Amino acid sequence: MTTSRSQRRLGRSILLHLFLTPLALIWLFPLWMMVVFSTMPDNGIFSPGIELLPHDGFIDNFNNLQRDTNFVGAIGISVSVAVTYTILSVLLTSMAGWALARYEFHGKGAVVAIIFGTITLPYAVVLIPQFIMVARDFALANTWIALIVPPLFNSLGVLFMRQAFSMMPAELFDAARVEGVKEWRIFLFVALPLARPMLAALAIILFLASWNNYLWPLLINSQPGAMTAPVALGTLIGLTKVSWGGIMAGAVMLTVPMLIVFVLLQRHFIAGIAAGAVK
Amino acid sequence: MRTQNATAYRFLTPYLLIFAVFWIWPIISSFLISFQATRTVPWRFAPAFNWGRLIGDPAFYNALKNTLLILVIQVPVMIALAIVMAVLLNSPLLKARGLYRFAFFAPVVVGEVAYSAVFRLMFSLDFGIVNKLLNSVGLPKIDWFSNVTPAMALIMIAVTWRWAGYNAIIILAGLQSIPEDVYEAATLDRVSKVRQFFHITLPLLKPVIVFCAVLSIIGTMQLFTEPFLITERGGPGGGTETLGLLLYRQGFRSLNFGYASAVAYTMAGLAIAITLVQLWLMREPK
Repeated sequence: MTTSRSQRRLGRSILLHLFLTPLALIWLFPLWMMVVFSTMPDNGIFSPGIELLPHDGFIDNFNNLQRDTNFVGAIGISVSVAVTYTILSVLLTSMAGWALARYEFHGKGAVVAIIFGTITLPYAVVLIPQFIMVARDFALANTWIALIVPPLFNSLGVLFMRQAFSMMPAELFDAARVEGVKEWRIFLFVALPLARPMLAALAIILFLASWNNYLWPLLINSQPGAMTAPVALGTLIGLTKVSWGGIMAGAVMLTVPMLIVFVLLQRHFIAGIAAGAVK
Repeated sequence: MRTQNATAYRFLTPYLLIFAVFWIWPIISSFLISFQATRTVPWRFAPAFNWGRLIGDPAFYNALKNTLLILVIQVPVMIALAIVMAVLLNSPLLKARGLYRFAFFAPVVVGEVAYSAVFRLMFSLDFGIVNKLLNSVGLPKIDWFSNVTPAMALIMIAVTWRWAGYNAIIILAGLQSIPEDVYEAATLDRVSKVRQFFHITLPLLKPVIVFCAVLSIIGTMQLFTEPFLITERGGPGGGTETLGLLLYRQGFRSLNFGYASAVAYTMAGLAIAITLVQLWLMREPK
């Protein structure tokens, strides 16, 4: 009885791996090919043979990319924008989440209702007025402000942090209040440290969103010196005289750092994404 | 709790300002712009100008048709795949779980531009690795970019690759919140694993699956980058043109803000309708 049961388990386990392994390989294939292409000269990429292993041409490809567009400069803009955006957004949304979680005030119901009521509206709806406002009314096209400030409207963090703060026991904060500690100090020195895992998850998701953002930067910062890295790379796709090995080197530079961060901080990543479902 | 208006608004105001200026006001503004003729300066109020054009515009119907076609095929396939991934990743029999998780979840961090470039290269007609592999097993090459059906299929494959793991993460979290004893009872009653899946797991996962479906539908409805970069501006000949591309073309190539706003509000209308259906599906059974 026990043998047949463990044999059945073994059979099922083998079947599971026989199905999942090819699927996993297919899923990894585009990422693997990105790396392979980034190390091959263009006449290798566009040759009839099947090449599945990396070569040694990454540096050449990178130089070609840098010749086609100032990619290093664009990466610099992307990093600065993503870092600034993440810090500002975490601060703004956790302050708002704290207010919604821990205080009673007039208009609270309305604020929550408006945030929830508009959260499923497509971003496309605000694109045109945002563009008119930032480019024409404020004349801020091709600036860092244009890349950083408008996307701060994102309300995901507010709901996420509201949830995090409202799960904390009230006694923690009341004890400090009895001692006369000011509210902003309670927020900064009691609440925020307690919310560290949630802040990490939020920060990772926001950083990634900013790093990969394409449509808004494409519209608002279209001048060569003001482009983010994805936009700069996007301008090359579809050109006739362009180094595809170079494009792939750029894709690797955009992707591999994020993959490393993903592996190192997988727990926070997954928590951040899965949190979308608790709402 | 006593009322603490001043303290609360000190924490809330910075965010609310941004939220009002860059989200709430644009939502209203976009609605108003859709009723204005924006090709002439100054803009003038002309309620039927854009909406009338929209109703009679073959380009709009083409984009709407393509968008809905992608929605109807790609979203169910991807959600089904995500459920399979999540359930199998959750299996206690799985070895080297971390590797499999990495394989399926890694696309979540890959940017649209980077993966669009790779897919374009992988699927190119003569030198694309996909056609080479098809050839090597005796299958004919597919011209992914010059014919509408393969081009649409390519867009759907790309989007599925990018987002299946994302949905699997959410579904996996849902799976792990199902208490173990539900299954123990079923196993004692000798209910087969397959029946357990259909009669216990799926019904309990319904809210999470509906959530994923709505999220995916709203995302796919705005599809822009993939047809913009992979199939080159909605090619071949508008065959992969989407509402997102139409909005881009009208708003930012022709600078026709009024018409683009009407397209945007069509997308919003669809999103609202889908959200209402979701609420209806999620209602407590009487």
